[in-house]
Amino acid sequence: MTSLSLRTVAASSRHRARRRGEWRVHAILIVAALLMIVPFVWQILTSFKTNLEVSSLPPTLSPADPTVVGYETFFVSVPFWAQFTVSAVSLIMRVIGQVIISALAGYAFARLRFPGRNILFALFLLMLMVPSQLFMLGQFELMKGLGLLNTLPALAIPGVFSAFGVFLMRQAFMTMPKEYEEAARLDGAGTLRTFWSVMLPMARPMIAALAVLTSLYAWNDLLWPLIVTPAGNARPLTVGLAAMQGQFGTDYPALMAGALICTAPLVIVFLVLQRQFFEGIASSGLKG
Amino acid sequence: MTALLASPARRPGRRAGPAGRVDWWAFAMIAPAFIGLAALYLWPFLSTFFKSFMDIPAFGPGEFNGVKNYTNLVGDDAFWRAFRNSALYTALVLIGIPIAIALAALIQQISRGRGIYRVLFFLPVVTLPVAVGMVWRFILNGDFGLFNWVLSLLGLPGQYWVADDRFTIFAFAVVGIWMGLGINLIILGAGLQGIPEELYEASSLDGAGRIRQFFSITLPLLTPTIFFVTVITVISALQMFDLVFIMLGSINNTALAGSKTIVYLFYEAGFVQFRQGYAAAIAVVLLVVIMIVTAIQFRLQKKWVVYD
Repeated sequence: MTSLSLRTVAASSRHRARRRGEWRVHAILIVAALLMIVPFVWQILTSFKTNLEVSSLPPTLSPADPTVVGYETFFVSVPFWAQFTVSAVSLIMRVIGQVIISALAGYAFARLRFPGRNILFALFLLMLMVPSQLFMLGQFELMKGLGLLNTLPALAIPGVFSAFGVFLMRQAFMTMPKEYEEAARLDGAGTLRTFWSVMLPMARPMIAALAVLTSLYAWNDLLWPLIVTPAGNARPLTVGLAAMQGQFGTDYPALMAGALICTAPLVIVFLVLQRQFFEGIASSGLKG
Repeated sequence: MTALLASPARRPGRRAGPAGRVDWWAFAMIAPAFIGLAALYLWPFLSTFFKSFMDIPAFGPGEFNGVKNYTNLVGDDAFWRAFRNSALYTALVLIGIPIAIALAALIQQISRGRGIYRVLFFLPVVTLPVAVGMVWRFILNGDFGLFNWVLSLLGLPGQYWVADDRFTIFAFAVVGIWMGLGINLIILGAGLQGIPEELYEASSLDGAGRIRQFFSITLPLLTPTIFFVTVITVISALQMFDLVFIMLGSINNTALAGSKTIVYLFYEAGFVQFRQGYAAAIAVVLLVVIMIVTAIQFRLQKKWVVYD
């Protein structure tokens, strides 16, 4: 009792002490946050300037004569909707495929007994540790052999299979209490039924995290799309934007406008699904 | 790799399912993942090894040529330049970690507005790397870039950050730090959440100030997370490609020749010049480099990471 009340007193005094000094912490954080968003602000301002104004010295802060010429140039020179569709469809294919395949395998590895389980899982782990470049030559050859170069499936297929996804889902199923599963079994549900209607719904938070991480990776990916779309068909936005830069290297307003428009969809998704993004990153630490 | 490192934080349940009974459904459930793994990961992985010992022309079958690709690589100045660039970039990007630790600790201190800061710091993570590269190429432009203009206000000389290969790697590092901060912040923030509040209360009663608490409680208890963040930062920095391609490669910048990273060299050899054997050798060397660097970090962790 005494120790409890002591702790409460200490906690509240600590809280008050925190509150008092808090404006100083905010001051530092605000400066840091401003530095972080300067590139975005500069990008937005530049996208409304003329090409002449962009190269003037000293730089003008706000557009002297706001114009949407940059946006027009972007939409005229880049098949935005076609590339947006490629990006979006390959993202959806990857997310759905990866969630289903990873959840099935992850559940089997976490909860079912079968011969060779440890060896098979070790193989998955091994692939998790290898940098993606080691797979690219072979994956390219395979896509080429199947005649899939410059098509949507070539963009999406390798991303559908992910040792990382299997690992993440296995972790999710392992931490679940066994009681529900046993109850379902006692009620006569088979393996698939137990998986589908009892375990899978409980794994929803991790599925959301996996879906969000896969989306982030799929939307941002540059190297693989660059490799499998040599002819220029079925290019996603990343490759299209890079190609546009090669063509309009110094038309900064158009480049900034394009960069802004291609970034916007994922930023909007992020603002809506913040929690899933943060949980996904925190639970896995996936980078790039 | 990354998730493996994170696993000690979570406690998996019991390993086996219903004791004793083999469930043959397991094979059906694993089959799709395994077929994909075998065809798209295991086989390509092995074939990259084979290819690294072969001479493969753009068309037609390749032939075995021993360690020729590797000896060529060792004798190739471009490779050593790329190796140096990747190493320098990786070292520079590590500067972002203390920044992320400081910001994560500050965000932890405040009682309101945490969400807003997290969102703002995370924005670069959800921005297309291609777009990031384009924006920073403009900001770091030597003639009319914002960065040089700010420097001139401070009385400092500007440079051709993205057109002079003495500076390009530093430019990439600034962008890399900016891009990675949000991820590190979230992971470190999760680590901070795991530090028991009682420890701070006890040390408050002992009269410890906030700065002292940071160094005597927060920092030591955060070392496992810092270690994790360091390992994944190094691994991803060693694989950096996007920024070189966007800021220099896609626009034929003359500084490109001296600014290539290992993965850029791999891309160029494998998919522009179609020297697949050579590209395979580069990829294998990259794997070995990453393995060595990671092993060294695991060795060194005993000296500074606090596990309770």
